Order: sequence, then structure tokens, then C-alpha cells
Amino acid sequence: MKPFEYARATGPAEAVRDYTPGTMYLGGGTNLVDLMKLGVAEPDRLLDVSRLPLDGIEEARDRVRVGATVRNTDLAAHPLIRARYPMLARAVLTGASGQVRNVATVAGNLLQRTRCTYFQDVTRPCNKRRPGSGCPAIAGDHANLAILGASDACVATHPSDLAVALAALDAEVHVTGPGGDRIVPMPGLHRLPGHEPERDTVLAPGDLITGVELPPPPPGASLYRKVRERASFAFALVSIAAVLDVAADGTVADCRIALGGVAHVPWRAERAERALIGGPATGEAFLQAAEAELEQAAPLPRNAYKVPLARNLIVATLEELAP
Amino acid sequence: MNITLQVNGAPRTVDVDPRMSLLDLLRERLGLIGAKKGCDHGQCGACTVLIDGRRANSCLALAVAVDGSEVTTVEGLASGDDLHPLQAAFIEHDAFQCGYCTPGQLCSAAGMLGEPGPSAVTEDLTVDPGLTPEEIAERMSGNLCRCGAYVNIVSAIGEVTP
Ligand SMILES: Cc1cc2nc3c(=O)[nH]c(=O)nc-3n(C[C@H](O)[C@H](O)[C@H](O)COP(=O)(O)OP(=O)(O)OC[C@H]3O[C@@H](n4cnc5c(N)ncnc54)[C@H](O)[C@@H]3O)c2cc1C
Ligand code: SF4
Ligand code: FES
Ligand code: FES
Repeated sequence: MKPFEYARATGPAEAVRDYTPGTMYLGGGTNLVDLMKLGVAEPDRLLDVSRLPLDGIEEARDRVRVGATVRNTDLAAHPLIRARYPMLARAVLTGASGQVRNVATVAGNLLQRTRCTYFQDVTRPCNKRRPGSGCPAIAGDHANLAILGASDACVATHPSDLAVALAALDAEVHVTGPGGDRIVPMPGLHRLPGHEPERDTVLAPGDLITGVELPPPPPGASLYRKVRERASFAFALVSIAAVLDVAADGTVADCRIALGGVAHVPWRAERAERALIGGPATGEAFLQAAEAELEQAAPLPRNAYKVPLARNLIVATLEELAP
Repeated sequence: MNITLQVNGAPRTVDVDPRMSLLDLLRERLGLIGAKKGCDHGQCGACTVLIDGRRANSCLALAVAVDGSEVTTVEGLASGDDLHPLQAAFIEHDAFQCGYCTPGQLCSAAGMLGEPGPSAVTEDLTVDPGLTPEEIAERMSGNLCRCGAYVNIVSAIGEVTP
């Protein structure tokens, strides 16, 4: 590991003021320390923001504000989250292990990097790690990589479960930085790879996430489901956060669908949502909506299985949610 | 950098390189070799210790980042010659074979018993579930056992359930 300096930030504004090129903010370290051991991340300096007083979960009128340093365990165990946003609690609980969730912060979870094996192996080319060096995943191991929104430069997926639930809930990410304070609505925090796969998000250098704000929960029933290679402690092959509100006459009044494991971003299935709203809440309609979404899929040979997997997961989840 | 930790109840001040993990500090500098290095990447749980009472992978914690914390390792679970109830239950239930994962399993279980709230297998999120074998298995999924002693690990922990 490359030598680095370590310092603790004293406040959010101080952290931003103290930021210099080569500095990285440190949350729980469960992703960043791992990547530093692998030589993938090489900061000159770590500015530890994990003890900043941004660890509250508070009600503000009909919204809930979650601080950036709230640990994943505490988020999922909080009565407000369990009662009002069960899908969010479930998404967090399906991620990683008890040990990792105890340490992982909300901000760090959103900003964790891809698990693409070439990205993690510094002996291999990778456009995300070394821009312009190539993408060996396209001709190589891409079994768990993207089927939607990928580019010729990168087919990585974003591995966060939390981000998928936040995308379905229209959560807002609160950011402070050298350019001032701003609010980034989910799923807009993450970006598609395009020609710049080295940029995972729309954040600028020195931007600090201070928290996440949850709007009132959408009406209807919600679910988070995650398909993976083993029943626990594994990243998603495909996951879904879905909310379905069916009116008394049996038509879909409102619907939110976000998919994980399929793209460089938590993928909001807008085409499927548009196809469903106002129509009947039937298995046939669910299948058509899933197919409308997945028409845009451009799978590679070894991840083509994700297309029927995503389709079946959308249909099965909506069927479970329909009254 | 000079850091001070309470390790198994005793204050320890050490001069560490910022690159050192808590696991390496415990094993190489403090002679506490209970916590094991399995994967060094958060994937196996063999290095699990309690940091301020919460279970964590010591391989992913930088020693400097836990400066000021209380750390409990497997060496600190027993009180003198009296085994921790989990240790006794592991012996009783034959919950290990080679024993490599056991210190991590014990610390993880000790932390898990104090963790409130639901898990990924809890049906009703609004009530704290009882620790059924299914709940224990899910909550302990961050600890791998290459010998496959899982069934006995779950029953040992089930016996100590509060
Ligand atoms: C074995 C294993 C299995 C896992 N399985 C899953 C899984 O199934 N699902 C899942 O979702 N996740 C999984 N994870 C990933 C885990 O959720 C992340 O490692 C964790 O959420 C990262 O949070 P952290 O606080 O430790 O972040 P860190 O590692 O500290 O930081 C991650 C990134 O965020 C930046 N950062 C941190 N805080 C801020 C801030 N406030 N503002 C701006 N930037 C910041 C850091 O600079 C760094 O780039 C797994 C991890 C491991 C090790
Ligand atoms: S898919 Fe992206 S992260 Fe993986 S090797 Fe290609 S460029 Fe790198
Ligand atoms: S050695 Fe820490 S989790 Fe494997
Ligand atoms: S007893 Fe051998 S690894 Fe668990």
C-alpha cells in the first residue's frame, strides 16, 4: 500500500476546506481500505469523515433526513425506517454482512466502487481505473456485469443495494463542496459510463455527502428482492426495489421500479413504469411492462441470462405486490 | 502516529504506520493472535473483533481510524478461567473442527447477540424477531467456515440466545 497521511475532519465545512487534490474522504473504510490494499485507490491523504456529527435519523415534517455517517446497521434498525420505508430497510439488510454493515456508512455505501474483477486487479487494463487502457471485461469475464446503459468503454455495474431502494424512493442526496451546497435527486447521483467510465457519479472533487433526504413514502405496497449466487452475503446478480399502488378499480395508480446489478447506475425502469400506470394490474400487463423495459438491453454472451432473470423478477415481484 | 486503544480492558499506546490494519496491529504488535487473517478483504469473518462493542472485520479497519476505541478480541471474552457462555456452548456443541474460523465466529456471535432489529429473513420488520436457527444463520453469514461446522455453530449460538 502506498504511504498516506491520516487526519480526522472536525466538521463538514472544515472537511471541504481541508480538501486538497490527492485527498480522499474516509467513511467506514470497508470499500476504500480494501481498494487501497489492492493498489486500486492510492490517496496521498485520508480525511476521516466517519465521526462527523452527521449520524442522526430525523423526521422533518413528512420527510426523513438520514445523516451521511449513519451506519448501515443503524439505518435498517431504526423504527422510522422499518415502519415507513420497509423496502429501504430490506435493501440494506440484504447487503454485505453484519460486520460490514456495522461499519459501512450511508455515504460510503452510495460511493462504493464496482466489483468488476479487472477493476480490482491492477495487473490488468481497465478504463475505469486507468482511462484509455481498455476494457478486458467485454471479451472476458462479464458474467455479473451490465445489460443496460453500458458503453464500449465499460460494462461495469454499481453494486449498492441501498442505492437501488433510494432510486425507487426518489431520495435526495445532500452534498456540500468547494462549489457550495446542492441537492442531487436519485437516481441522478450515479452516471452511465459513456466515454468517461472513471467517473462513477456526478460529484466533483472535494464534494462531501452530508446526508440523504427521504420524501414521504409513495402509496402502495413495496418490496426489495435480490437474486444472488448464494442466499446471503453476496452481491446481487439482479435486484429490484418496487412499489405498486393499485386503485379500487384494479388499475395501477402508481408504480416505481428500480433495478440493481444491471447497470452502471441503480436503474430506474421508467419505460416499465409508464407502461403500467393507468393500465390493469395483471400478470400479462406486468410481463409487457418488463419486456418494454428490457427491449433496450444489450447483453454480452455471458450475461445474457440476466435479461430473462430481470424480466421474471419484475413480473414475480409485481405479482406479489398486486392485491 | 501514536494511538491509544483499550484492548481487552487494558490501555495500549502504540506508534503505528497509518497503513496498518487493526488486525495486523493486534497480531503483530500486541501479540494477540486469536483474530485470524483469512482473506484480508472483509469476505470471511475470521478477523472479527468487537470495536466499541460492535462486531467488525479488523482487516478492513485502519488502526489509526479506531484510535480511542475499545477493542475486544477472542482473548478478552472469558473472565479469567471462566469461559464466555458462547465458548462453553461451542465446546458443548462441537461447533468447530480445525478451529481457524472459531475466534471470529465467537466474537461475531457475541456482537450479534447485542444487535437489535430485523435481518434479511425477518418477516415482519416492525417487531424484533426471536433468534430462530434461520435468523442466527442469516445474522452469522459474514463468518465462513471451510470445515462446514455451520449446523453446530448455529445450535451452539441458539443455546446462548438471550
Ligand atoms: C465482503 C463484502 C461484501 C459486500 N456485499 C455488499 C452487498 O451485497 N451489497 C452492498 O450494497 N454492498 C456490499 N458491500 C459493500 C459495502 O456496502 C461498502 O463497502 C460500504 O457500504 C462502504 O461504506 P464505507 O462507509 O465503509 O465507505 P468507505 O470505504 O469509507 O468509502 C467508500 C467511498 O466513499 C467515499 N466517501 C465516504 N464517505 C463520504 C462522504 N461523506 N462524502 C463523500 N465521499 C465519501 C470514500 O472516499 C470512498 O471513495 C460489501 C462489502 C464487502 C467487503
Ligand atoms: S467493465 Fe469497466 S470496470 Fe470492468 S474492466 Fe471494463 S472498464 Fe474496467
Ligand atoms: S480476514 Fe478479515 S474478513 Fe477475512
Ligand atoms: S472450524 Fe475449520 S474453518 Fe471453521
